This record gives sequence, structure tokens and C-alpha cells, in this order.
Amino acid sequence: MNLLHQIFVEPFLFMGEAPDLLLQVLWEGFVSGILYALIALGFVLIFKASGVFNFAQGIMVVFAALTLVGFYAMGVPAILSLALAIGVMFLLAVTVERVVLRPLVNQPDIILFMATFGITYFLIGFGELIFGGEPKQMITSQLMLPEGRTNLEIAGGFVTIQHIDIAAAAIAVVMIATLGIFFSKTRIGRALRAVADSHKAALSVGISLNQIWVTVWFAAGIVALVTGIMWGARSDVSFALQIIAFKALPVLILGGFTSIPGAIVGGLIIGFGEKIAEFYWGPLVGGGIESWFAYIIALIFLVFRPQGLFGEKIIERI
Amino acid sequence: MSATSSTAPSPTTPETAEKDLILSVNNIEVIYDHVILVLKGVSLSVPRRGIVAILGANGAGKTTTLKAISNLLHAERGEVTKGSIEFEGERIENLSPNELVRRGCIQVLEGRHCFGHLTIEENLLTGAFTRKDGSAAIKEDMEKVYNYFPRLRERRTAMAGYTSGGEQQMCAIGRALMSRPKMILLDEPSMGLAPQIVEEIFEIVQDLNAKEGVSFLLAEQNTNMALRYATYGYILETGRVVMDGEAKMLRENEDVKEFYLGISESGARSFRNVKTYKRRKRWLA
Ligand SMILES: Nc1ncnc2c1ncn2[C@@H]1O[C@H](COP(=O)(O)OP(=O)(O)OP(=O)(O)O)[C@@H](O)[C@H]1O
Ligand SMILES: [Mg+2]
Repeated sequence: MNLLHQIFVEPFLFMGEAPDLLLQVLWEGFVSGILYALIALGFVLIFKASGVFNFAQGIMVVFAALTLVGFYAMGVPAILSLALAIGVMFLLAVTVERVVLRPLVNQPDIILFMATFGITYFLIGFGELIFGGEPKQMITSQLMLPEGRTNLEIAGGFVTIQHIDIAAAAIAVVMIATLGIFFSKTRIGRALRAVADSHKAALSVGISLNQIWVTVWFAAGIVALVTGIMWGARSDVSFALQIIAFKALPVLILGGFTSIPGAIVGGLIIGFGEKIAEFYWGPLVGGGIESWFAYIIALIFLVFRPQGLFGEKIIERI
Repeated sequence: MSATSSTAPSPTTPETAEKDLILSVNNIEVIYDHVILVLKGVSLSVPRRGIVAILGANGAGKTTTLKAISNLLHAERGEVTKGSIEFEGERIENLSPNELVRRGCIQVLEGRHCFGHLTIEENLLTGAFTRKDGSAAIKEDMEKVYNYFPRLRERRTAMAGYTSGGEQQMCAIGRALMSRPKMILLDEPSMGLAPQIVEEIFEIVQDLNAKEGVSFLLAEQNTNMALRYATYGYILETGRVVMDGEAKMLRENEDVKEFYLGISESGARSFRNVKTYKRRKRWLA
């Protein structure tokens, strides 16, 4: 009885008693949710266009951030470092297309999936070789990203908001909107959706799959770079960040592997969910809910709604 | 505009047409998965501005022939292992589909394969992917396509996946037209469509041929329909051309009538079993 009370009543009473704390938790959940969404977005882009489940997406986040701070550490000005990091992501896209996708194009999906393991370990090794394995500071202020915090007085208390988090949210929203416009309005964007719809038909009208693959891997690389900057600014830049990238998997299961809105909503649900669960229910189990909450949710989804919240509607008519 | 072939551009037979062939396929062999031999030496040609039909039963190799030309075989683990294919006098076996579409040769796939999650208009626009002549020209051509297929204009904002089979076939042809092709490889346009719609589509094909000068190589099981619109036909059986000739001749040929037009009846299903079959004689002569 007492336990039920602790699980089902007390947390909610607590939420009501201290709305400022609830707001704080929600904000934190929102920010990490948006970053999960960005990582998942990278997966979805690649999965839709090339049918490859890109295990390397998480590492691309770290690698991109590492490249950026690495160039800066070599004495390159911050903005130029950013440009170079974007250039490196483009080279990566071209290389992956040439070395991995093109030769393996007609192979079973599992082989391509395994190939992305190869990319993962290559990026880890290569990144460590060039830039060293020790954790690094993100060059937040040099990139003119805001630092510091604001204490908002609301709901009878204070909510602390990191400025970098506001920037992260704003940049994420802008990026998602830009991608949306790119997909719906541009020639390449349309071709990308065409490829996602039917490789065969896309080939038949002369769409170059190679060009499309480079484009999506590059887009996923840019998304990874932005995510890496934001996440790096909140902790530091090291390969430990890839743990976070694994959270993309439950996000994808929740949102559906082929849906961009799904990635966003899934990311937010996981972000909100794990922060709330950790803060309000964590003490009951001695904390640590945050590290497994997402996977439990994903498991429940796998059982009851395997196509995810937004799994693409399959148009059945011929 | 007349529906019969009598008013179509004068037919050219392979013997007389060295002058202006848009396409010539010379004795090609196609192998799938390195072992499955599907085409065993197919030769055919299409005169510029002609409509030529490839006829034959299920599995005869019609689709394989078209894909060998458009170079879509690779995606299916197929390969041209012998022979040559020339488009406008140039060898094309090693070009990518992308380059081939750029040069003016495009395939409309069997079963249409519109992009189901894109609108009709977006589908048409994907057909212009290889073009570099600017959005004004593309817009102009889209108007043209809508004029040929008024139904597509009505459905322009509909998701292609939710349109009817006939509309999808029109969409697939319209999409191909958006690439400004010189030649369209049209695979079974009649598949699964009501006779009326089939007729409508063939009329438009003939119109496109006459007014836009597009050459067509079409694969059909609907022999009757195909021979009404084509000027020349090839009959394929298990990977070989077993007969070819002007459409009129094929329409009147007793064996064709028997086996492909279903006019008389017989137990035998293959030309090779037909005693009266004259092909061999003609070939050996
Ligand atoms: N990808 C493939 N791998 C192996 N064999 C194939 C492949 N595609 C086609 N074939 C075989 O090649 C032969 C010819 O097939 P094709 O599709 O060219 O025939 P078709 O004349 O177009 O028939 P239909 O009228 O049924 O469309 C068939 O025996 C088929 O089984
Ligand atoms: Mg076929």
C-alpha cells in the first residue's frame, strides 16, 4: 500500500507542490529530447534514401565535433574550423558512397549494416589517431554561441535556463525547418523522396542514386556536426558521447524508422520521459532510471506498435 | 487522327533501314545472377520516329530486353554478356541509366512504379531530374504533358499512390516525357487496365509519336492492341526472336492469329511445335 502510494501519488503531489521544479525538469527534458531527435533524424535520412541502417550515425556526431575542435586546437580560426569540419563531413559522404555503398549496392541489407560497423570503428580509430583520444572542450564562445544562464522567476520559484540550451533548441528548430523545405521544394529534395519511395523507379527516370547517397550522407553529417556542437557544449567532446547516440535507437523505434516527424516526436517523448522519470521516480529505485528508461519504452512499443508512432503508411493500392 | 497503322509513318524493316535507326540491338545475350541465361541472342531495331512492338508470352524476355537497353539490368543482377546495343549510332551498354536518360532514352517500367508518396505533379517533376534547361522550360513541358493527359491535370495534387491504375500509367508516361526523350521503352502499358483505358493510352502514344516525334519500343502481351498501333513487331519466345515483320503482316499471319491473337484454337503453345511454321525456311533461305 505504502509502495503504491509512493509510486502513484507522491510524485504527482510533488509536481503540484513545486511547479517551478516541474518546469525545470520539463525544460531539461525538452533540450535533451531535441538533441536525441537530431541524432535520430540523421538515421532516418540515411535509412529512407539508401535503406541502410547506419550504425555509425552516433560516431559521426562525435567525429564531427572532434574534427571541429581538433582544427581549432591546431590554430585554425573558429569559423574556418567550422567550414573545414563541414568539408570533412562532405569528404566522408563521398568516401562512404564510393568505398562502401557503390560496391555493395546489390548486397543484402545486413551486409550494408555490417559495413556501417566498419565505418564506426574506422572513424573511432582515425579520429583518435589524428586528434587524440582525450576529452576536449567545445569551442562554444569562439563559435559565438551564448554561454551563461538566466534564472527565470516563474511559478513561485526559479527556473534556470542555460543560454546554450536556448541556442540548441533554436538551431534545431531552424535546421528541421530547413530540411523540411529542402525535401519538399527542391529538385534534389524531391529526388531524395523519390528514391526513398522506389529505388527502381528513381533509377528508371535517370535519378543518380550515387548523387543522392552523397547528398543524404552529407546532410546526415551536417546534422551530426550540429548535434555534436550542442552536445559537446553541454559536457565535453569525447568518444563517451556515443553512448548518447545509442539513445537514437529507442527514439527510432518510437517514431518509426522512416518518419522525420516521428524522429522529432520520438526524441521529445524520450527526452521528457526520462528526465521526469529520473527526477520523480528515480529516488524510489536509487536513481539511474535515465540510462534505461528509453529502452523500456522502446520495448513496450516493439510489442504493441512495432511500426512506431509515425511508421510510414504503406499505400497498398496498385 | 486515325487509330490504324495505315496512316502512321511508313514502316521500315531492318533490311531497309540502315539509314536512320534510333536503336539497334545486335544479338545480345543476357545472364542473371551469373548463371541464368535469359536472352539467347536477340536482335531488333527501331527506326527513328517508329513504334515497334516486342510481343510474347509471360517470361519470354520482353522486360529483360527493354532493361538491357535502358541499363536497368544491373540493379537486378543481370548483365549483357554478348552483343551490342546502339542508340543513335553510339554504343550504350556501359552507360548509366542517368546518362542514358540524359541522351534521350527512357524506360517506363512494367507495373508503372509511380512514386506513391509523391503527388502527381511531383512525380512529373522527378522526370525532369536530368535536365539542365531551367524551370521555365520544365514548366512549359509540364503544361504539354497536362494537355496530352488532361486527367493528370485534374489529379495534379493527389498522391500518386491513391490514383487509379490508368492514371498511374499516364503519370508514368508523363513522367518519362518530362525528360524530353527521343525514345521511350514502354513496358506493358496495358497491364491490368480496362480495354477502354488501354485504348485511350495507346491513342496518346500514337499522338506523341506523330506530334512530338518520340520513338517507341513497347513490350506487350496484348498482341492485338500492340499490332494495331505499332508499325513493326518482334515475337519473342524463351529468349529468342522467333518471328518478326511489319505489323500488318503479323496481324494477318495464321500462326500469330492462332497463338497470340487467340483467333483460332490449337493445343500447341509454341511456334517451334508448329509444322506449318515458315520461319525456319525463311531464315535458312
Ligand atoms: N532478376 C532476375 N533474376 C533471375 N531471373 C530473372 C530475373 N528477372 C527475370 N528473370 C527470368 O527471365 C525470364 C524473362 O523474364 P522477363 O521479365 O523478361 O519476361 P517478360 O517477357 O517481360 O514476361 P512478362 O510478360 O511476364 O512480363 C523469366 O524466365 C524470368 O524468370
Ligand atoms: Mg515483362
